[in-house]
Amino acid sequence: MTDLAAERHNKGSLLEPDDRTRRRNAAERRFQIYGMIAVGLAIIALVILLTSIIRNGAGAFMQTFITLEVTLDEATLDPGGDRDRAEMASVFTFGYAPLIRTAIQDRIEAEGISIDGLERPEALISKEAAAKLRNFVLDDPQMVGETHTFRFLASGRIDGYYKGRVTMQSAELDSNISPEQLMLADALKAAGALKTRFNWGFVTRPDASENRPEASGLGVAIIGSFYMMIVVLGLALPIGVAASIYLEEFAPKNRFTDIIEVNISNLAAVPSIVFGILGLAIFINFGGLPQSAPIVGGLVLSLMTLPRIIIPARAALQAVPPSIREAAFGVGASKMQTVFHHVLPLAAPGILTGLIIGLGQALGETAPLLLIGMVAFVREYPAASPEGFFDPATALPVQVFNWTQRADPAFVERASGAIIVLLVFLIAMNAAAILLRSRFERRW
Amino acid sequence: MPLHWLISAILALAAIGFGMGRRRALASASGNPRNLHSLPNFYGWNVAFSVMTPALGILALWLLVQPAWINSQISSELPESAISEGSSRDLVMSDVRRIAEGLERLKIPFLITEPAEESDEAALTDLREQLRSVGIAIGSNIRPEHLVAARHFRAATFSARLWMTLAVVLVAAGGFAVSYLATHKDFRARNTVENGIMLVLIGAASIAVLTTLGIVLSMLFETRNFFAGHPWQDFFLGLKWSPDFRGDSELAILPLLWGTLYISIIALLVAVPIGLFAAIYLSEYASNRVRLVAKPAIEILAGIPTIVYGLFALITVGPMLRDYFATPLGLGQSASSVMTAGLVMGVMLIPFVSSLSDDIINAVPQALRDGSYGLGATQSETIRQVVFPAALPGIVGAILLAASRAIGETMIVVLGAGAAAAQFDRGLGQLVNPFEAMTTVTVKIVSQLTGDTDFASPETLVAFALGLTLFAITLALNIFALWIVRRYQEQYE
Repeated sequence: MTDLAAERHNKGSLLEPDDRTRRRNAAERRFQIYGMIAVGLAIIALVILLTSIIRNGAGAFMQTFITLEVTLDEATLDPGGDRDRAEMASVFTFGYAPLIRTAIQDRIEAEGISIDGLERPEALISKEAAAKLRNFVLDDPQMVGETHTFRFLASGRIDGYYKGRVTMQSAELDSNISPEQLMLADALKAAGALKTRFNWGFVTRPDASENRPEASGLGVAIIGSFYMMIVVLGLALPIGVAASIYLEEFAPKNRFTDIIEVNISNLAAVPSIVFGILGLAIFINFGGLPQSAPIVGGLVLSLMTLPRIIIPARAALQAVPPSIREAAFGVGASKMQTVFHHVLPLAAPGILTGLIIGLGQALGETAPLLLIGMVAFVREYPAASPEGFFDPATALPVQVFNWTQRADPAFVERASGAIIVLLVFLIAMNAAAILLRSRFERRW
Repeated sequence: MPLHWLISAILALAAIGFGMGRRRALASASGNPRNLHSLPNFYGWNVAFSVMTPALGILALWLLVQPAWINSQISSELPESAISEGSSRDLVMSDVRRIAEGLERLKIPFLITEPAEESDEAALTDLREQLRSVGIAIGSNIRPEHLVAARHFRAATFSARLWMTLAVVLVAAGGFAVSYLATHKDFRARNTVENGIMLVLIGAASIAVLTTLGIVLSMLFETRNFFAGHPWQDFFLGLKWSPDFRGDSELAILPLLWGTLYISIIALLVAVPIGLFAAIYLSEYASNRVRLVAKPAIEILAGIPTIVYGLFALITVGPMLRDYFATPLGLGQSASSVMTAGLVMGVMLIPFVSSLSDDIINAVPQALRDGSYGLGATQSETIRQVVFPAALPGIVGAILLAASRAIGETMIVVLGAGAAAAQFDRGLGQLVNPFEAMTTVTVKIVSQLTGDTDFASPETLVAFALGLTLFAITLALNIFALWIVRRYQEQYE
């Protein structure tokens, strides 16, 4: 032992760490802390992301309604007086607006509300109300002349007032609403005519135009997404399973199968927007399929999801032990019978888990759908299947994008609300996948 | 006959075929299945597949080809005079198709053609009103030539449908007859059916190749059209992106590539350290309890759709960065910026980097660690000096895969990065300012293809050239990364 080493060892007891050990231990602790910080940052990012979306979007599920009694005046709605539906249809929503104005003025008088400088009290009520009234009358012409109680949507600004988006100060500068109208809204709320309640319409109604955010909903988008998922399920599941069976069980090792394998792993990493370009060029421009149709969206998403289904499906097939196959061969089954009667059923839970996760990714995909025209403004519900697959529709994530492009801040709340709906679907799907895996997965 | 009726008819015939084939086979073996070559069900399947496969194949092929074929037929019938100024043959054809669709919806009997009506202004205006009532709005007044073309279009579609139905039914019946007559106790039904299934399996596996082929060919085709009207030197070497829909645009990819790269670099600067340290901590240090909570939490980040990240960038991160950093520092007023998109994309990539690195770190053999501990190294020294160098190639592969994700990401940059292309002539300061709005290749693909513009103009076609470039870059990155990862994994096997 050299003097130097001896000197260092003699310096202190083993229980007392020297400088160098202390430095090394500090470095060790620092390194661990970096790791904790990294994990913490990732989790903080997740929490901020989710709270920001939920805080912004929760409001979309509540909506302000105004209850009014409207007299369906015969002179305006049915001048002919013979309750003929075709003739009454010539009165457009414009003709119904005065009825609503009268109704709200009556209500103000009845409650004894008086506000100086109050103009256009009907601005409290959504422009959608006249259409609602018209549909009600045309559904049953006999209602004309009677008085009925209706629950109308309040206009977007009034709704925003109770959600903190609109204030007295901002109303001064706003051409759509005045502070006096806000005061009237408060008075009506005190009188019980104006209430905030759960808004089913957000999930069921179709989209609405730029200046009536209060009436917009996700109905068409949910149906469109649902149709697309059906197409993806119908195409990607059989094709994906067939492809993975071939590659895992039958494919000989040659150039052709090599090409397929490299192809699949590359397709899984191709940017999704490229699939949109493919859909536009092949299905729409070349194949002549209609734009904005769920069938095209479904085809594009199927091609995109295919590799993401094949990869877990192959892993599931691979996990089935060879002894199962050998037993089947032993009792005289052909290769095909072995695979379809024994290997495939045993691999099914794993395949289904991969399928659900793939469907979840397809459900949230936006970029390729933008290119095949699913951004269009669609107010009509698509028809029932199978014709509905060719009708214009939008999809949930695209509806979110659509709403972010609009000027009225009320649509930001709607977009976040739509994301909550989307996330609920995704959580449900992933929970199903986890359940499936824990329930049926077999460890060999 | 509507399509689903035709398909149901084929399926019904196949089901009948299954029963009849099975019975015929049993009958030929005088009821004793032991005399058959194959199990009785195989004879049934043989007939059913012989009905379905050719018939459905022809149906699919026909449906694929028919619209394009009829379109080109009618399009070539249209006289030059039918195309008004400022319009194009394609636009007129789309009007014609819509009129034909409207006539169909109005259920106007199309065999009766009244030539007088076609030149009558009032009748045409009336028709336009009628079309509007069934939900088809035609922009301008219908021109007589267009109406004639629409009538022909409708007639051609109708007769094509008729022929298709006939052909499909005949093929199905033929398949039924041939396979039914071949059914006999010595017929090797199992081999036939299994060979058929094998062909289907191979076909399904080849769809992946066909998809790649479709992607490449469709983009190559349109890119060639683009370069026919726009010199390629300008596209690849030009310095300015300023599309102008009146023509004479400058369409160069470099400003867009700069935006893409800048945002990707910021995203990787966020994702790589966090993802890597998270992976190291979770695989080497964390207790089981921590791992059980933290690992799924990080994986949730991977399951969130990109539109959610985009909205997060738009309504939370963008305004926050602007109010607390950009404006006080005097660096810009824009909520959408390179920094916004980069940070949010970085968060999106964290789980990607961490799960890949996790796999790679776990693949490093325990013997290497044990050796290092035996020499007295602490755990962090072992990780830094033994595990990390051993895992480095794999980690580089993971980072490259993450980079390819970042380059191809669309929704986050559409909502978070802005629409203005980088401008090289405004000086370096603006070019590297992370709080400046900057656009990327993917954003421009979306904006050029979603506008209401003539499809044949270079401003639209440029999207295909951009797409092809994007595809080429990401493909190269992916192949290289997968090659590195695979080689690395083999090293320790």
